Amino acid sequence: MKGTCLFPRLAIAFLFAGLLAMPLARAQSEAKPLAENPEVEARLQEISAELRCLVCQNETIAASNADLANDLRREIRAMILAGRTDREITDFMVTRYGDFILYRPRFTGKTLLLWLGPFLFLVIGAFALRGVLKRQRPADAPLSEAETQRLARLLGETPRSSAATTQGTPDA
Amino acid sequence: MIPELGHFALILAVPVSLFAGVLALLGAHGNDPRWIALARPGARLIAFLLTLAYAALTYAFAVNDFSVRYVAEHSNSLLPLPYRIAAVWGGHEGSLLLWALMLAWWACAVSFFSGRLAPAMRARVLGTLALVAFGFLLFILCTSNPFLRLLPAAPEGRDLNPLLQDPGLIIHPPLLYMGYVGFSIAYAFAVAALLAGRLDAAWARWSRPWTTMAWVFLTLGIVMGSWWAYCELGWGGWWFWDPVENASFMPWLVGTALIHSLAVTEKRGSFRNWTVLLAISTFSLSLLGTFLVRSGVLTSVHAFAADPARGIFILVFLAIVAGASLLLFVWRAPRVGLGGRFALFSRESLLLANNVLLVVAASTVLLGTLYPLLIDALGQGKISVGPPYFNTVFVPIMLPLLFLIGLGPFVRWKRDDWREIIRVPGGLLLLAIFIATLLVGLKGSPAIRIDRVLLLPFLVVFSLTLALWIAFAAFFHLFRQAKAGRGAGGRVAAFIRQPLHFWGMHLAHLGVAVFVAGVAIVGGYAEEKDVKMAPGDTVTLAGHSFRFLGVREVEGPNYTALRGDMEVRQGARLLRHLYPEKRFYRSSAMPMTEAAIDAGFWRDLYVSLGEPIDRANPAGEWAVRVYEKPLIGWIWAGCLLMAAGGFLAALDRRYRKRLPAAASAPLPPSSDPA
Repeated sequence: MKGTCLFPRLAIAFLFAGLLAMPLARAQSEAKPLAENPEVEARLQEISAELRCLVCQNETIAASNADLANDLRREIRAMILAGRTDREITDFMVTRYGDFILYRPRFTGKTLLLWLGPFLFLVIGAFALRGVLKRQRPADAPLSEAETQRLARLLGETPRSSAATTQGTPDA
Repeated sequence: MIPELGHFALILAVPVSLFAGVLALLGAHGNDPRWIALARPGARLIAFLLTLAYAALTYAFAVNDFSVRYVAEHSNSLLPLPYRIAAVWGGHEGSLLLWALMLAWWACAVSFFSGRLAPAMRARVLGTLALVAFGFLLFILCTSNPFLRLLPAAPEGRDLNPLLQDPGLIIHPPLLYMGYVGFSIAYAFAVAALLAGRLDAAWARWSRPWTTMAWVFLTLGIVMGSWWAYCELGWGGWWFWDPVENASFMPWLVGTALIHSLAVTEKRGSFRNWTVLLAISTFSLSLLGTFLVRSGVLTSVHAFAADPARGIFILVFLAIVAGASLLLFVWRAPRVGLGGRFALFSRESLLLANNVLLVVAASTVLLGTLYPLLIDALGQGKISVGPPYFNTVFVPIMLPLLFLIGLGPFVRWKRDDWREIIRVPGGLLLLAIFIATLLVGLKGSPAIRIDRVLLLPFLVVFSLTLALWIAFAAFFHLFRQAKAGRGAGGRVAAFIRQPLHFWGMHLAHLGVAVFVAGVAIVGGYAEEKDVKMAPGDTVTLAGHSFRFLGVREVEGPNYTALRGDMEVRQGARLLRHLYPEKRFYRSSAMPMTEAAIDAGFWRDLYVSLGEPIDRANPAGEWAVRVYEKPLIGWIWAGCLLMAAGGFLAALDRRYRKRLPAAASAPLPPSSDPA
């Protein structure tokens, strides 16, 4: 979870010490975005949202505050500025850290079942559904023989010839 | 002394549950009324013993008895009392005890509220539950005993994980467990029906309110977890497809299929063996979820292999629970049969399609969650399956499901003619398409930030359409009922007189609509800025300006926090101050992010404090994230509506009414060939 990968205790001590030196609020000014170039930042966000922070439990590099994630964001930014494509950047990350870093596993032999699985489930489900629906007969099919007899018994009548009543039933 | 008493009660509960379970089942089998009569007192005795054990553990936490190892590991004398009481389920051992306790309470509730049930059936249900409890208690005693002593006692406890020190997360596990464990009732009813070889509308009517209540708890548990993640994780997401989340989502999906299937079984006598299968699957997935979360297998297959005792035990237990009941199913299901027939176009067939989609969705989540484990176990290296994968494969399965939610209630049971009914839903659908397109047109096409999702604007319109259409359909049914109602008190009275299950269903569906609308709008229109802010700086986002007034040190009961002060204005008008925090708990090195949120009906403003740019100078610039998230509250509100709908439905009068004797008498076991 969050936090396991943040700065250590020593830095915390620094933080609180530093607070003593807090200046009064300055004159109002618009905050600088962390990024100099919003377009680069948008691409950084896009790429890092699909990469896993390796030191956190389960967070993306986009979301993590870990040092490693900070470094990797800086590196990705540099690579974007150097004109590399998204694919080249993720390739670089995979060569360095392995497939584990990709939250969207690539379609390879190893992940064949993973990517085709849901589709397979859907097909199986559709066939099963079709099978069941086909076996269902029209809802107001005539009564079965046992039901006819029971009905007759309830009505206090003698059962009629069963052949006449079960005519429409395909497979009783 | 008190912990020993609890320990003793826990140990005693093991043989009691074994004997109660075996005797009740044998009694029901041999039709021996003396043994059958043991089932009810047995269930109550187990509940009593476990309540005693749980109370003893709570007492140990309350008085800071650090000679109990579990207390020393999960509490601290500085921890406020409410959190100390909640810390009982803050770790592995205690949460399992809570699990067992809830199982015992559910069973005890069945023993009290099952007056209408035939005694043999009741004995089968309670016997099955007692055996499940036996397995769980054995697991606790053998591998995860919370009462073990630590001698000499620790001078101070290690403290509760700071992540858990939040009201949202503290009630999350009990709600979740209430859901997980509640499905054991559906499971026990299914096993009982299979053992008896009898499954009819009356059976469905008994098991339905229990199942719906379990589903309500699970829904609430998941919502709490999601809301907590939103508040605590500091970057405004609401669902992360984390394996732990998936573990609770799978039983929810199958459980949703189950409550719909049960409705068909009760009303139409159809889907019988399918319902039984779903009941078995739902509880098995609940156990699988417990296994995944508790065995450590999720972090790494190797962590699991290093300490396999717990994992192996749950796995074997799961294999017995699922395997034995599935065997029983294969053996008995032909006797149970699918039940009443229906035409190709009927409400039954649509509900069956809904079930298939939900099960496919659950299987997909299962596949994505287990696949990395499988690859790792096969020695093929480590891969990650994360949100991009799940969003890609899950959404296409859900969209047709949403379409069916709107259509279903228009279609009659048994058989219908689509040409006759198409006019109203067709018209509503066109209206929904028109309004959704208009809304998106007015608001402007959503920003395409992720170029891999070129479909985003289309997806937003599509989801909004479905949300509107579900909502229109729900309102249409509500108003039609009111219009059709005549008699004393006029239309309003007729409206109110509608049975609760009718209100429940439409409320829950309306909840789905609200949820989907929230997801679509947040997905399409959320705005965020990542900025460096020095005290006095302002950032403007979506018509709001945020002025950073600096960071102050604040003392909590067991933590110290750096609290930022952010002045929020809409135009020139001061809206409020937001105080995002970075907390440092004394007992651990983990800093925690507490986002500050201004929640509103139309939008949330969300501010979270990152890190100081220069770590030696927290008085200077900070990395700050600000978000404007339109309609994000609708996501949780929608889920709460779903839960409220389920709650209303479970309270319906017909579940409390004494059935006429004829209805609860055994029907001939499936007179129609399956």
